Amino acid sequence: MAEYDTVLIRYGELSTKGKNRKDFITRLFRNVKAMTADIEGLEYTKTYDRIYIKLNGADADVMRERLSKVFGISSFSFTEKIGNDIETICACCLELAKSSGKETFKIISKRHDKSYPMRSDEINRAAASVILKNTDLKVDVHEPQLPIRVEVHRDCAYVTSEKIPGAGGYPAGINGKVLLLLSGGIDSPVAAYELMKRGLQVEAIHYASPPYTSENAKQKVLTLASMVSEYQGQMHVHLINFTDLQLAIYKTAGDPYAVTLMRRMMYRLAEMTAEKYGCLAIATGESIGQVASQTLESIACINSVISIPVLRPLICMDKVEIIDLARKIGTYETSILPFEDCCTIFDPKNPVTKPTIRKSEYYEAAFDYQTLLQQAMDAMETVRVEPQKETEEFL
Amino acid sequence: MQRRIYLDNASTTKIHPEVLKTYESLLEKYYANSESLYDEGAEISRMMEKARAAIAGLLGIQSDEVIFTGGSSESNSAAIKGVCLAVPEKKHIVTTSIEHSSIMNACLQMRDLFGYEITFLPVNSEGRVSVEDAIRAIRPDTALVSIMHVNNEVGSVNPINEIGEYVKKHSHAYMHSDLTQALGKTDVDLQYIDLASVSAHKLEGLKGSGLLIRKRHVPMVPLINGGEQEYGYRGGTSNAPANMVFAKTLRLALERRKNEPEIRAMRDALRTKLAEIEGIEFNSPADAVACLLNFSYEKIPSEVMQNALNRKGFLVSARSTCESKSLNPSYVLQAMGFSETRASSCIRVSLSDENTMEEVMAFADAVKEIIQNYG
Repeated sequence: MAEYDTVLIRYGELSTKGKNRKDFITRLFRNVKAMTADIEGLEYTKTYDRIYIKLNGADADVMRERLSKVFGISSFSFTEKIGNDIETICACCLELAKSSGKETFKIISKRHDKSYPMRSDEINRAAASVILKNTDLKVDVHEPQLPIRVEVHRDCAYVTSEKIPGAGGYPAGINGKVLLLLSGGIDSPVAAYELMKRGLQVEAIHYASPPYTSENAKQKVLTLASMVSEYQGQMHVHLINFTDLQLAIYKTAGDPYAVTLMRRMMYRLAEMTAEKYGCLAIATGESIGQVASQTLESIACINSVISIPVLRPLICMDKVEIIDLARKIGTYETSILPFEDCCTIFDPKNPVTKPTIRKSEYYEAAFDYQTLLQQAMDAMETVRVEPQKETEEFL
Repeated sequence: MQRRIYLDNASTTKIHPEVLKTYESLLEKYYANSESLYDEGAEISRMMEKARAAIAGLLGIQSDEVIFTGGSSESNSAAIKGVCLAVPEKKHIVTTSIEHSSIMNACLQMRDLFGYEITFLPVNSEGRVSVEDAIRAIRPDTALVSIMHVNNEVGSVNPINEIGEYVKKHSHAYMHSDLTQALGKTDVDLQYIDLASVSAHKLEGLKGSGLLIRKRHVPMVPLINGGEQEYGYRGGTSNAPANMVFAKTLRLALERRKNEPEIRAMRDALRTKLAEIEGIEFNSPADAVACLLNFSYEKIPSEVMQNALNRKGFLVSARSTCESKSLNPSYVLQAMGFSETRASSCIRVSLSDENTMEEVMAFADAVKEIIQNYG
């Protein structure tokens, strides 16, 4: 095989779903296109069980990296589109075997066009005997070092060897839209990844308290958003100025209850924002017991202020597992940048670990938080981030 | 677009348009290696030597006492380590407790790796070392005395001439001074100074360009080994265009001292106006260099104040910019005897002649407003 000219994409989980199959494929096709939109020369074809992308000279490594991040793909292969006569197929298999450097092989052919004059087994034998005659490779049907897959279609054939695992899951966006509370920490970007993997479209909400939090901290959150947006193409980030609410909370409630009240306000704002932008649930990166505000008592007390469902994809994960995933998706190094912790003013010394709803409501009755919530909503800023591409002029 | 007002000239400066213009044309044309034997290389070498001579002339020293480096941090490290390693029988260094981190850490490295003893001279509440303390600290085995001329955080001026004179007349130690914040800001006399460090980017010149002044009689081993560039004291292909343009950078910086009265007037007006705000304390002494004012408002930590000022379009530092990512309080202010709170809430304003009285007054208003909102 001189050069791969086509990518063949196989669908995973969605093959099992009969009813919504068409929607799934349409969405996946759209996501694949969006994810590779900036690469020139690509030609896309969609069939009932495959997507084919003709490369026309595009860089295979870039394609590999992009496609490995598209949820809904079970696997993909680089392949060459050739004529479907048996001589061409055999020649192509031989070339692949010769250039592979492997010792054992197996031909696995499949006829999509059942009117083809040879049966699959006959194609296997024909191609294998050409390889056996012209190289030192031997057949191993159980554990071949080089599995050569041949797909025969009505007007063409595809020959391929390596099967690259895809990201799995559902095509992003197929299961509706959620609003994720995105901090600059390690957990929430991982939560975004998990949500997207199950086909949810993620929008983010971030609370900043300038000047107590810096512009750098905000930029860090946008960088993280941009990193995880690679899995769905883009992301909307709603930025809330939380300073006035925070100052009011500290004035009225003091130290132990401050975090509980803060989280309650954040949940309220998230619900309001979710309603405004048509998100059917909110989501957080909370993991049970991790910090004072994530004990079961705290979660119950905080959750009680809203009625929209709250998804917590990391709720039972260990910190170590979360960190591993953060490393895998590449957000860890950015998450641990210190900006967030720079300001210790609002760091409570003794946060309450078992807050009660009654006490929370008692403190909240002491100030007009409704007005402050509305002001925060009115001042909300929305930014659309995209995956970072190295387009800076000075690079 | 918000108006951005730059009040952080002690961190670095905007490049002077004339320096930039000259540099661009030099950079494009003179790409050959100054060590090459063909005409192009030789010409560059000649131009660089002319620049070296011009710099020496401006500083009142000999040409071969000017070593081009990559900036003050390099010059400081090279001076401390290079001199100490050249006189290995002496194992004592005298410096101050308010030096830049490049001096501080070089000394600590000599202590930890080679067993040197370091005397960190104390400073008074005005950020100044006393001549008596320095004299008392000098011993027969003192290899080097390194005392910064002007402190980078508060702008205090050290009596380096008096200390230098004693060192030269009554000891065999060598006298180094970090002139990074002094040149162009105060009178510099190199008579009793054996070694000195200078950076171009504090003088409206290029980043990555500096000088190490080393008088002829001072023994020194090179920190960066290489060929015979810079008399063997700093290896590596010369950054010829940057070195050439240093001469102009320095000349213009020294000429700009005529604008000092205006800068001083702005600084004094700012000090007067800030003094009206209750709770503001000044960390800079009254006789600090004209361009600098360091103050604290204890209820607002440096970082919060900086963020708030940033949002209003004012660019300032807290402590040394080389320390800005560290969360510790300023060790300079602590050495001056100020509390940890005060040392964690300082703001450093550093002016240039491009600033205006109106900008400085707007800054004072902004500080006042921030204190009202968040204090």
